[in-house]
Amino acid sequence: MSALLEVEDLEVSFGGRTAAVRGASFKVERGQTHCIVGESGCGKSVTALAIMNLLAKGGKRTAKRIALGGQDLQPLSDREMSKIRGNKMAMIFQEPMTSLNPAYTVGSQMSEVMRRHKGSTRTQALDRAVELMTRVGITAPDLRLGQFPHQLSGGLRQRVMIAMALMCDPELLVADEPTTALDVTVQAQILRLLAGIQREMGLAILLITHDLGVVARIADQVSVMYAGEVVERAPAAELFSVPQHPYTRGLLNCVPIPGKVRRDQPLGSIPGVVPTIQPGFTGCAFRSRCSYAEASCASSITRRKATQTHDYLCRLAPGELGNSDLAERQPA
Amino acid sequence: MSKPSTSTAIDLRSVRRVFRVKSGMFAPERHVIAVDDVSFSVPAGSVLGIVGESGCGKSTLARLILGLLAPTSGSALVDGRQLFDLDRKARARLIQPVFQDPFSSLNPRQTIRDIVSLPLLAQGTFSSPEIERRVAQMLERVGLSTEQGGRMPSQLSGGQRQRVAIARALVLEPRIVICDEPTSALDVSVQAQILNLLADLRRELGLTYLFISHNLAVVEHVASEVAVMYLGRIVEKADTDQLFRAPRHPYTQALLASVLTPEPGKGVPDVGLGDSMPDPANIPPGCRFHPRCRIAIDRCRSEAPKAMAHSQHGMVECHLAPA
Repeated sequence: MSALLEVEDLEVSFGGRTAAVRGASFKVERGQTHCIVGESGCGKSVTALAIMNLLAKGGKRTAKRIALGGQDLQPLSDREMSKIRGNKMAMIFQEPMTSLNPAYTVGSQMSEVMRRHKGSTRTQALDRAVELMTRVGITAPDLRLGQFPHQLSGGLRQRVMIAMALMCDPELLVADEPTTALDVTVQAQILRLLAGIQREMGLAILLITHDLGVVARIADQVSVMYAGEVVERAPAAELFSVPQHPYTRGLLNCVPIPGKVRRDQPLGSIPGVVPTIQPGFTGCAFRSRCSYAEASCASSITRRKATQTHDYLCRLAPGELGNSDLAERQPA
Repeated sequence: MSKPSTSTAIDLRSVRRVFRVKSGMFAPERHVIAVDDVSFSVPAGSVLGIVGESGCGKSTLARLILGLLAPTSGSALVDGRQLFDLDRKARARLIQPVFQDPFSSLNPRQTIRDIVSLPLLAQGTFSSPEIERRVAQMLERVGLSTEQGGRMPSQLSGGQRQRVAIARALVLEPRIVICDEPTSALDVSVQAQILNLLADLRRELGLTYLFISHNLAVVEHVASEVAVMYLGRIVEKADTDQLFRAPRHPYTQALLASVLTPEPGKGVPDVGLGDSMPDPANIPPGCRFHPRCRIAIDRCRSEAPKAMAHSQHGMVECHLAPA
């Protein structure tokens, strides 16, 4: 069976000037979590919005293929697309306060999804809402239905968002930095919840994050994005143990690990800043910050395969990067 | 409690800050105890990390030490002197802040050079060539070019702006820098650059940092001692190694358990804190942590635990903590 979500050669540009996403390809398998990881401005959120066809005005997407469960999403009209959004695929965002409507109660916002997509009655929809709110660990769901978003804490709002996204039994959940605005304690609770729901409901999750800790703990597959390109794709365990792209390596070295990183020594860091990519840019976008860069990096780079399931965009052959600096970071 | 001396940079004694909030025109006034009876001292040249969830009072504490807020009671000694006896200029020479968001903490209508020279200008005792010299030196020290000094904040990236904020804080050569979530708004690769810069500057200039963050991994990396705040109180304080190796308070344990390190295959930990969130306007009786504590006993619901010292700098506030 083919993958649930297939994205091939996705390009997104804004006003023909900035190339936000350049040739991104990845697949999300049924029942799996695929993480897109990268720093701000790398195009990870734009990728998610492009899949949902929710790009802001001026944003233009082209792709060889964007398909959900074998159905090509590109030729669909806005009307047809809105039947799929919230139904077959749902999305949750970083800041639950701005994505919930402050003027409506939790109950009316949650039931709207199901009444609209499934034609359920109000009572049916509210029953389902209560069931899901219990599932996501909200106590006293009947009371919460009548409350407004501002009466809930951040963690509670994100739980409401998750419950709302699950109303129509989606096959794919797109989560854009769902825990970034939350405290670490609440973040762990929400991620545990997502992982549990995924197991139970066989849901596929496309999770967008900048946090390598989140990726390590929850992802099956990972795509690392840099300046609009997917620079490395691998199963999670492989990405963390044998990263092949210098950028992935650099990112891993930047993260302090309690008890594992010597305090008297500086953290690894990546010098410089992410370049702005104009259309027509060729070569490796990371070359200006890369210590392995040479003249050939300015010409176009072909994707290399490290294993059957692990590929990356760099002139270096697999293993050429060495593994010495990572060795000491491996768990004992 | 240690005597004020030049070797103690910050000395807080029973500092308390209460905010009065009205939730509606006729609603009764409520009291939010943001900082409740906090005492600690920070030796000169060291880094005290303060961690806790949002709403625990850590930023209020920073503002109290900066003199931006007056304590409701208690006293704060900085470099051996009463903080509130100092006038603004003297305070500015002694203690400076670096805030979280370099997008809102820099004046968008001034050039970088103007922003960094403002603390010197405000002192009124520096000549223009002296100001120019010091600013140029400082910009170079934090890794900004002369050309960038002429730019506006909007033309710089987040990491570069945070460098500007650091330059502005250090241009008066203060003894103490209060870093309130200095890297939370930055990407990891840039966060590492800024943390390394702060560490270098501290060593070179002999600075004392109060380093506030919700990111425990970052605090572990920079701090020599760590204080854990919960609903306005410090519930545990210890040397960094000790706190991370053997946390005594159940809240510290939960905080540490919730750190997601980039180690695949470990899964997401069960923090065991339950769903009720702490509300600083409605502090539970007894131990304030008991509604979320997985080992609470009856005594915790009625009797507030007292601070228990377990080493020279270490203390914990819990009935059940190992001595």
